[in-house]
Amino acid sequence: MHSHNIQLDREGRLRHFLTTEDLSREILTEILDTAESFAGVSERSVKKVPLCRGKVVANLFFETSTRTRTTFELAAKRLSADVLSLNISASSTSKGETLLDTLRNLEAMHCDMFVVRHNESGAAHFIANHAAPGVAVINAGDGRHAHPTQAMLDMFTIRRHKKEFVGLRVAIVGDILHSRVARSQIIALNTLGTSEVRVIAPRTLLPAELRMMGVHVYHDLDEGIKDVDVIIMLRLQKERMQGALLPSEYEYFRLYGLTEERLQVAKPDAIVMHPGPINRGVEMDSEVADGPRSVILEQVSNGIAVRMAVMSITMSNSGGQAK
Amino acid sequence: MNQAITISNGRLIDPANDIDEITDLHILNDLVIAIGQPPRGFSADLTIDASNRIICPGLIDLSAKTREPGQEQKGTIASETAAAASGGITTLCCPPNTDPVIDSVAVVELVQHKAKEAGFARILPVGAMTKGLKGETLSEMAALKEAGCIAVGNASHPIGNTLIQRRAMEYAATFGITTFLRSEDRHLKNNGCVHEGRISTLLGLPGIPEAAEAVAVARDLALAEQTGARIHFRGLSTGIATRMISEAWRHNPAHSADVAIYHLFLTENDLDGFNSDCHVLPPLRTTTDRELLRQALANGVINAICSDHQPHEPEAKMSPFQSTATGISGLDSLLGLTLKLVQEGVMPLSDAIARLTSGPAKIIGLPLGQLSVGATADVCIFDPDQPWQLLADNMHSKGHNTPFLGWEFTGQVTHTLFEGNLVYQRDSKT
Repeated sequence: MHSHNIQLDREGRLRHFLTTEDLSREILTEILDTAESFAGVSERSVKKVPLCRGKVVANLFFETSTRTRTTFELAAKRLSADVLSLNISASSTSKGETLLDTLRNLEAMHCDMFVVRHNESGAAHFIANHAAPGVAVINAGDGRHAHPTQAMLDMFTIRRHKKEFVGLRVAIVGDILHSRVARSQIIALNTLGTSEVRVIAPRTLLPAELRMMGVHVYHDLDEGIKDVDVIIMLRLQKERMQGALLPSEYEYFRLYGLTEERLQVAKPDAIVMHPGPINRGVEMDSEVADGPRSVILEQVSNGIAVRMAVMSITMSNSGGQAK
Repeated sequence: MNQAITISNGRLIDPANDIDEITDLHILNDLVIAIGQPPRGFSADLTIDASNRIICPGLIDLSAKTREPGQEQKGTIASETAAAASGGITTLCCPPNTDPVIDSVAVVELVQHKAKEAGFARILPVGAMTKGLKGETLSEMAALKEAGCIAVGNASHPIGNTLIQRRAMEYAATFGITTFLRSEDRHLKNNGCVHEGRISTLLGLPGIPEAAEAVAVARDLALAEQTGARIHFRGLSTGIATRMISEAWRHNPAHSADVAIYHLFLTENDLDGFNSDCHVLPPLRTTTDRELLRQALANGVINAICSDHQPHEPEAKMSPFQSTATGISGLDSLLGLTLKLVQEGVMPLSDAIARLTSGPAKIIGLPLGQLSVGATADVCIFDPDQPWQLLADNMHSKGHNTPFLGWEFTGQVTHTLFEGNLVYQRDSKT
């Protein structure tokens, strides 16, 4: 029962993209290579390829998001698909309609793909389990569980700068406990052969038994980013102070905030990443965010190519005959 | 109408009387009247051939929800007591979190009346310790006891205020009422829905630490000592709690504990793929916890096994994991799983049967779960070698929500007698 991987079709090809877990290095590399081929599209004057012409993509955002939704929309449009963006958080769920009802209604509109963001872990799996055959499901973030396209655009950004994952030391700093991005990144980094993945945070922001995911745990920033090639800073939500997880933003910045000065212990060519939006003066100061090592804006533009890649691969494998 | 039944040539296992032998059991009306030789002049209206079968007391399930009153779309007293009978269970203790809550004599009477009307099994309600299970004011425990409640409890609503808990226990102790406690610190539980560990980290689901149970068990043990109340811990899930109670039992052997059968088989690993049929409270824990629970059961620190039956309609499990209703429909698999414990070498057969009969009978303080001459004729007869598979189609409970669907078992109930009446007989000829 457990061996069945709903992300793959019978031939082992990607038909849903729900998590970076249980996927081979070949599949993750295929996504990165395909994204590379799309990276040029954005720079052309005609920014479209006809790969998904005639297909209907429904963006189902049960949780608000600007950037992720916009880049998914752009990605779908550049693949020549028709896009339906639905902000469901307020409408149907408050009327007592279940997620399954919503799904059935959308299926009646003959969508070929659902891009789902939901505040509950497992929501994308649930939809993939219950969607009609031939409909591809892409997880655009579910609860604390996974955000695989964000992780892959980060992998894409790292590969563009560092070429190989083997030999790399990567540090992820901040609220790992509540971060779906961090979970997906850790799995992807390890699958792609990264030599050392480190996480740096106080114990209140680390999930239980994290080491089994193949990471080295640090509580001290200076020690943790020493000699690393990549530093990924995570966003700190304001509400973490209320739950007694942290005393104050001030103390957090003093202990875990990235500054130019602290960055000196990392490798000289280390890059700094952040999934956005940044709390300046909390996770890092502006000097770092806007500095030469920051690749934060590149991450955003890479997001379009990576999402195009994931959409075109899953659409062609889910019976949706992309030409 | 007098009814005389002889169950012949079966292996009678009656742990309360330390009996394990091949013999005949004779029943007149609702009572066991003889074992071995029939009384002079006894002539059976019905003889059940129990050759190669085991005869044991009807099983007692310390926690089974029928869903009535209040949630009849999930199950009714008639549907669930019939399911119980098919599983060899003749006594069900139902927790007070019905709608309305079992905190008044009227609801107690309603439940018992419905069970009598259905006639498949006896329901012994557990009354609410506090009105509406709100943890604020005491329920009328003395009246609940008089009406037939065998205990008072907090169901799945642990009392947050320690002072209220103390007073509820003190008041219950005044009238010699046992308190059924589901011990959980609600602050530590927070919004958790799975065990805090490997799987909560991988699936990104909020975790419930073991300390949520351990802290509450420690609190309740201290309050039992303070108040002199007799406590029964319901549905323990952690190894640490079994260590604590094993120590505490040495000082006060009057206390007791049970475990839900699924905690003896499933672990957090079964949640893989967000399997909502494994969404239970307290949550499925680690393989180490499962081993320690099995040990505590085998050595008698845990005195009873229950189904923790919680039937649901299919829709209740059809949403993302955390929004799904908790609980497993367990009546159909209680005996099958318990026999699996024996087959896996956890404990001898007579001890396993004791955890379903004499063990729970002692906890509720009633002369049930035994087949002494003069005892109520609640009998379960099962074929210990009969293989079968749990399928939605052959389930008797209205709720098919169980992760054990597809599991194969050895040992199936063939007949159940409740108060001397044959309430279940397996269809297929043998």
